[in-house]
Amino acid sequence: MQSLGVLGASTLDLLAFAPPGWGATLLRGLWNSVLIAVGAYGLGLGIGVAGAYGKLYGSPWVKDLLAIYTTLVRAVPELILILILYFAVTDAVNQMIMAFGGGRIEINGVVAGIAVLGVVQGAYSTEVLRGAILAVPAGQIEAARAMGMPAGLLARRITLPLMLSYAIPGLANLWLTVTKDTALLAVVGFAELTQATRQAASTTKAFFTFYAAAGVLYLILSIASTFLFSRAEKWARRGQRRTGD
Amino acid sequence: MPTPEETGAAAPLAIAVRDLRKSFGTHDVLKGVSLTAREGDVVAIIGGSGSGKSTMLRCINFLETPTAGSIEIGGEAVKMRADGTPSDRRQIEKLRQSLGMVFQSFNLWTHKTVLENLIEVPVHVLKTPKAEATARARKLLARVGLAEKEDAYPAFMSGGQQQRAAIARALCMEPRAMLFDEPTSALDPELVGEVLQVIRALADEGRTMILVTHEMKFAREVASHVIYLHNGVIEEEGPPDALFGAPKSDRLKQFLKSVS
Repeated sequence: MQSLGVLGASTLDLLAFAPPGWGATLLRGLWNSVLIAVGAYGLGLGIGVAGAYGKLYGSPWVKDLLAIYTTLVRAVPELILILILYFAVTDAVNQMIMAFGGGRIEINGVVAGIAVLGVVQGAYSTEVLRGAILAVPAGQIEAARAMGMPAGLLARRITLPLMLSYAIPGLANLWLTVTKDTALLAVVGFAELTQATRQAASTTKAFFTFYAAAGVLYLILSIASTFLFSRAEKWARRGQRRTGD
Repeated sequence: MPTPEETGAAAPLAIAVRDLRKSFGTHDVLKGVSLTAREGDVVAIIGGSGSGKSTMLRCINFLETPTAGSIEIGGEAVKMRADGTPSDRRQIEKLRQSLGMVFQSFNLWTHKTVLENLIEVPVHVLKTPKAEATARARKLLARVGLAEKEDAYPAFMSGGQQQRAAIARALCMEPRAMLFDEPTSALDPELVGEVLQVIRALADEGRTMILVTHEMKFAREVASHVIYLHNGVIEEEGPPDALFGAPKSDRLKQFLKSVS
């Protein structure tokens, strides 16, 4: 009993927000993870909408380019893509700057993380959204065309809202994937949640405590997002009858 | 003011289609058909399945791209390239805004309420003030007997109600003419009457309409001119009493016998 109490107290001390506790470091890591996840997800959705429309209605060479993009990105492990994109792209940017007589720059970790994961997400989003757009009943799009709606407005007001109900389950999966893919950025030394946890654990040697704490934080994040996505799906399905009614 | 009939002058041309051709690959669906509708005319297009009647209607607002021919809406010729594709996208959009299309499968937008369906294009495309569009939409919903349904989603209404809402949606754009593509074919028999009643009221108030239909009795009652299509050509056309009462072509005689 006594020793358990001591263990409990020391665990709380380790996770305390004020130093020497590591709670604040972990939460800052979580914040960075969420920031990158949100940014990469948003960028991925942007790429996905453009990619889906390009794959469906683009000219032959646009379709070919997009096929290469989605095939490559989905075939290569994320970790390798992150290493390639992070180091190779950083290097290329610096080479270019130096060629023009500038000095080496350090690329902001958040921006690089968002860019790298966004490009990965974009490939998956393209496929999810392409499938969802195809699932929209053609007659409803035709009705909008028949009323003289210009293409851009038609996509924004009719096709995209209608495809959401088909896309949200797939998009929810992509969100959960990206929250966990942020952990891969630890390999490039970025202080997201996994990296922060690793730092805390190796400093204090309390491996179990910190990795368990990180696991709980990821769990809370995914439970909260699952709840939000089911609300969003319900909203996107407004006006639809459940099959079987 | 004297009506055109009284003065003997013809009403202005609403829709003129000349020598329209349409092929899907090597299959010729329309082999040179023409149609003229003056303001206030109700033109019914009848024919068996595969006769090209829906394709003909869908070419008028370029939901299908004609292969050859010319189309004039309200005296304005549609600019077409040599292969029949429209060359001016904005012109096509303007033209479509002046033609209210009603589909066999209603095609109301399922993520919008009935009222939102009606005001969507007036507000967001035609830039009608929202209050004005809403007032017009409510008046139209009352006319088609759906005043109570403005907040309903289409999926929760009967087919007849959905089609009446779709007609109101087309009218809400204040079109020059209405195009009906088999408006009652997807309806349960007991719901056909309520939709025909709405269409008849539109004919009675002098709206220009082109109507593709399987309802021969209805076509005879409301049409001012009937076109019988067979295999992509106009086999016979004329006033409804002549066409239905004394058909000349054997094919039409046979067709009328098979559908009655």
